[in-house]
Amino acid sequence: MIRSRQLAYRYLAGPALQFPDLDLPQAGILLLHGPSGSGKSTWLALAAGLLRASGGQLQVAGQDLAALKSVAVDAWRARAIGFLPQRLHLSEALTVSGNLALAQWAAGVPEDRAAVSQVLGTLGLAALAHRRPTQLSGGQAQRVALARAVLLQPRVILADEPTASLDDAAAGTALQLLADTATRLGASLVIATHDARVAAALPGAQVCRLAGLPAAANGAVA
Amino acid sequence: MVAIAWRYLVARPLAAGLNLLLLTLALGSITFMLLVSTQLDQAFERDLAGIDVVVGAKGSPIQLILAGVFHIDVPPGNISLEAVRELQKDARIAQLIPISLGDTFRGFRIVGTTPAYAEHYAARLAQGTLWSAPMQAVVGNQVAANTGLAVGNSFIGTHGLGASGHEHGDDPYLVTGILAPCGCVLDRLVLTATESVWQVHEKATAVDDEDRKLLEAEREITLVLIRYNSPMAAVTFPRFVNTTTEMQAAAPAVEVTRLLRMVGVGTDVLRGFGAVLLLTAGLSVFIALWNAVRERRADLAMLRMLGAPPARVAGLVLCEALLLAGLAIVLGLAVGHGLAEVAGAWLQSERSLPLTGWIWLPAEWWVVALGLAVAALAAMLPALGAYRLDVTTLLHSRS
Repeated sequence: MIRSRQLAYRYLAGPALQFPDLDLPQAGILLLHGPSGSGKSTWLALAAGLLRASGGQLQVAGQDLAALKSVAVDAWRARAIGFLPQRLHLSEALTVSGNLALAQWAAGVPEDRAAVSQVLGTLGLAALAHRRPTQLSGGQAQRVALARAVLLQPRVILADEPTASLDDAAAGTALQLLADTATRLGASLVIATHDARVAAALPGAQVCRLAGLPAAANGAVA
Repeated sequence: MVAIAWRYLVARPLAAGLNLLLLTLALGSITFMLLVSTQLDQAFERDLAGIDVVVGAKGSPIQLILAGVFHIDVPPGNISLEAVRELQKDARIAQLIPISLGDTFRGFRIVGTTPAYAEHYAARLAQGTLWSAPMQAVVGNQVAANTGLAVGNSFIGTHGLGASGHEHGDDPYLVTGILAPCGCVLDRLVLTATESVWQVHEKATAVDDEDRKLLEAEREITLVLIRYNSPMAAVTFPRFVNTTTEMQAAAPAVEVTRLLRMVGVGTDVLRGFGAVLLLTAGLSVFIALWNAVRERRADLAMLRMLGAPPARVAGLVLCEALLLAGLAIVLGLAVGHGLAEVAGAWLQSERSLPLTGWIWLPAEWWVVALGLAVAALAAMLPALGAYRLDVTTLLHSRS
């Protein structure tokens, strides 16, 4: 469940961004559309609790983010958010299962090998558990990153440009996997993209268009 | 956390290896310095204890001390027994121990003296008894261990303090006792009665009985170790000896201080070298960690994204540095002790000062602390960088 009202963010030395209000039911799919600089990254950062809104309200997975202290927000993010970055940022120093265990360590939960192998199995990655990220194809690596994102069974999955470097067939597969995984977990799925193929592949998704236009100079809306 | 830090460390084997080497060398040389200087100081202090002044032939005072107290140099010459007897009447003297040098047994010095010499170092016998007649000898623990001499054995001394000299084949010594290890100079000495030394040499040089009587009248010893009655004597006694007799008096405390000041330049240089090495190692660790944090910025940001609080990410960097330091400390201590043991073995083969790597000095905890401190200091800025990492860069897909 994601709900925002008059959400705004002002960069220290930059424009103030004003975001459209939205209501996404739990397990719904949201596409954040917009050109570069329209605030997709900022919205993702706000939703993940990495940035603090300068105005308005934002509730993610039932949590009002303005109410969380900075220490608590890290713990909340670990539980509630699964993040699939565009450049996958798998650690080269670790194996596939090591990368997943790293997510458990980062979240401060005890290492759970069974959970790691279970999620790898679900995503068809069991055979690759002991490979290094350099030994994976692009599609495999993205699936590993997805496995890492959903390892702790988040309420919301944030995906940043998941189809950016994929051809049509691979993009379709990747989106299907993302949507299926989110559905299986009952998690809300947010995809930030400027790729028109995404909307075509996920017809049931709610679309939020970010205009990229700065709000009024004071950052508030009348 | 340790396991993950370890993974990151071994992911960059060259940098980690070089830093480990640098830190190990630095800590190793500091450990070695510490072991050597502490043990030499201790050896000097122990051997010097209770000896206020050494009187011997005129010459270099340092040489007299080194020869008479530490037995690592040749004495400047001999002094006549007559003069020593005169000296002994002096009221300022509490105790006078005669020392006669001249012969060795397999490199270990044979010292003609009185039982007071053994008592002075509170030496205990491991086996047998002290000598009771000339040509009986008590051997120090290291001598016994090295040469295999046992009570009841006899041996023949070699003339001179150097390696080559003729053997006094006619006058074998009989071993009556073996000293327990005292950790002092006695460990590497063969003790016998002063008369033994006279007997060996008079017999060797005298052509007939009459000649021997003549030699007996001119008997000499090498030097005497003196303890004063009162500290006041230190002011007047050495000057009295140096100006009114043919002998010189040298105060070990003064001479050793002078010697250590000269040697001290060397140890200071070594210490400085160790410090420079440590600084270099610290800088190198800093640069390596700094680069690692820069390279892994995305990895670390991902950790934040996965829910790790900033402190945990910074802790990971610190942990990596401390892991490296921990390894370097263990290796450095091993290298330092190993070097000290090698140096000790070499010194022992030279029958010189005792030195071992098989001890643990409380001061070595400072080496441990130093290694950890350097690593922590080097990790400070990189860890701070990791702490303050801007996670949103991860989201700027165009970057």
